[in-house]
Amino acid sequence: MSQQKMPKQKSEERVKNFFEVALGFSKEQALAEAKRCLQCKKPLCVAGCPVQIDIPAFIKLISANKLDEAIKKIKEKNNLPAVCGRVCPQENQCEIACILSKKNQAINIGSLERFAADHESAIGQTITPTKSVKSDKVAVAGSGPAGLTAAADLAKMGYNVTMFESLHLPGGVLMYGIPEFRLPKKIVLQEVDYIKSLGVDLRPNVLIGKTYAIDELFQQGFKTIFIAVGAGLPQFMGIPGENANRVYSANEFLTRINLMKAYKFPEYATPVNIGEKIAVVGAGNVAFDCARVAMRLGKDVTLVYRRSEQEMPARAEEIENAREEGLKFKLLTQPVEIIVDEPRSSSKNNKILKEGRGENGFVKGMRCIQMQLGEPDASGRRRPVPIKNSEFILDVDTVIVAIGQNPNPLLYKSTPNLKVNEDGTIWVDENLMTSIPGVFAGGDIITGADTVISAMGAGKKAAVSIDNYLKKR
Amino acid sequence: MYSICSKKSLAPGINEIKINAPEIAQKAKTGQFVIVIVDEKGERIPLTLADWNPVKNTIKLIFQEVGHSTNTLAELKVGDSIQAVLGPLGKPTEIKNVGTIVCIGGGVGIAEVYPVSRAFKNEGNEVIGIIGARSKNLIFLEKEMKDTCDQFYVTTDDGTYGQKGLVTEVLNKLFQANKHIDLVYAIGPVPMMAAVSEATRPLKIKTVVNLNPIMVDATGMCGACRVTVGGKTYFGCVDGPEFDGHLVDFKELKSRLNLFKEQEECLNKRCPSKRAKNE
Repeated sequence: MSQQKMPKQKSEERVKNFFEVALGFSKEQALAEAKRCLQCKKPLCVAGCPVQIDIPAFIKLISANKLDEAIKKIKEKNNLPAVCGRVCPQENQCEIACILSKKNQAINIGSLERFAADHESAIGQTITPTKSVKSDKVAVAGSGPAGLTAAADLAKMGYNVTMFESLHLPGGVLMYGIPEFRLPKKIVLQEVDYIKSLGVDLRPNVLIGKTYAIDELFQQGFKTIFIAVGAGLPQFMGIPGENANRVYSANEFLTRINLMKAYKFPEYATPVNIGEKIAVVGAGNVAFDCARVAMRLGKDVTLVYRRSEQEMPARAEEIENAREEGLKFKLLTQPVEIIVDEPRSSSKNNKILKEGRGENGFVKGMRCIQMQLGEPDASGRRRPVPIKNSEFILDVDTVIVAIGQNPNPLLYKSTPNLKVNEDGTIWVDENLMTSIPGVFAGGDIITGADTVISAMGAGKKAAVSIDNYLKKR
Repeated sequence: MYSICSKKSLAPGINEIKINAPEIAQKAKTGQFVIVIVDEKGERIPLTLADWNPVKNTIKLIFQEVGHSTNTLAELKVGDSIQAVLGPLGKPTEIKNVGTIVCIGGGVGIAEVYPVSRAFKNEGNEVIGIIGARSKNLIFLEKEMKDTCDQFYVTTDDGTYGQKGLVTEVLNKLFQANKHIDLVYAIGPVPMMAAVSEATRPLKIKTVVNLNPIMVDATGMCGACRVTVGGKTYFGCVDGPEFDGHLVDFKELKSRLNLFKEQEECLNKRCPSKRAKNE
């Protein structure tokens, strides 16, 4: 029997809406897929999972149609299965390790995880949460994947956990970054509700470093603090014209759309002002998210990347989805200047302002240079080298810069004794403890931008370290 | 949470509200701001803290009805709640004894220059206050400023009150009288802050401006608020909101503030009564 494929919305339909692209396995599909699992004695897939889900066990439960038990089995290790089943790069983790992947027939573990999680949300929560029994108060700064995971595990251990979030809604990158059509926000909020039901106190609209400093949290009686504030600082290209109107960082564009729901403007008050021809610079998952959002807003979208398709860091599945939806590619192309219509200082330009495009500091094109691949660089990928006299102007009126995010510096700038590495990540020891005793850090703030699941792995590790630290005191 | 505990109108279209926000009231410093989301579907807008009371756990915001969000905020009554308030944000004003300071507030910036003037005065500086507005009915906090400042001037564009003309004309008169000035602080509309910076540039008087770029998260995550200062890009929300006026690219700031003009108009059309009021 061959691998079951995830059914998807047709590309010509889905590019017109923000509903989920992948529709989920039917029960028949899930059971058929689960029966294919060889139930290896020494399962390689588990070793590939950053949170060590007992994969063969939950798959066996699905194949026996014991779905309530299957989700319980997953939740022993993974607090966010509906999220992971959708956005984990399983093809590089559990599925690549699957013995059947040698025949290109790896078990579709991610889809099975999603199936079990969606079963639970359809019937309601199956796990009776435990309430905190220990008096020790633990603070978690940030409610993204790392923070949510640590908070849930610590609550399960019986700690009294308060999770602070600077935005008005929880979830971090799951909420502001990943678009609705890959990860519905209702799913994120359901997962957060589960974590709150474990006894975690969620406090939105609190920015650690501004509303409270780290030492103030200790004064309030928190015994330990877990910093999971992510990699929120957008990188720009550093080329002329980058502050023109209609140049957005990926973070701004996605936050407006996902968190603030600008795609439902004016029902929602947050606007996004983009033109008709959009360039998205970069080729990671975030770049593809931006491109696919822009296509859903009915725009002509070109992805501009300085290397070739082979080097693209995005998941193969996302590249394929985007191509089906009509994304254009301008590869081996490096932007060198954003061409801007100079702002006119007089205020008599109201007419032009209303027309919006092409005047008063707006983007009117992007000068690019062609690249070729040279010798491999530090990342092992072939280094792109400019081709002389190959400059050309790409006809675009909007540029979205999606070339990466750096760790958010706000917290350590307000915490002078917190040791920081040269790349802006927070220094931690092997137990994820920072230079301040009792303060731990994990996720993108210590690694730089990485996947949801690796941040969750860090959250799990931090919870164990925090437990050990508090037991020793 | 975030309930409105008092509200009054200071001038046509300019309102003062006090909000219960204990964490912010405890922590606020001069020059800082908050993000306000009025309702569930609202946008995140930055508003400078006009005052705060750590005993009563309240913060005071003074805002002008300039668009959908501020119009909606103005419709709320005492006892109503605001969806979210985040803060205090941004770097506080560096308050120290420098000698003689001119504090200039234009338009709704009058609200924001008052706590700055008071803080500099409390630090032992000689404070000269200048506030300006289009017309007499848009002048507020006059008594508070008068009581705080060593010298105090009012200007109106139409001459209906105080001196006719712009705040920079008073500033230039001070220069002509050879008044020694160590620092100028300006907050208000972009053309006003730009004009003040131009007036002080030849005399090399340090000039601090408090900028109001468009923001979304206001925690350094999105870069909507980027401003060019001395040829380098900064984020207004975390690197500011105060910058050296002699280095700010005001032209770019003004252009970026116009990015959502069309969308604002679209929103205003949904509330025709409010729109009429604004015009």
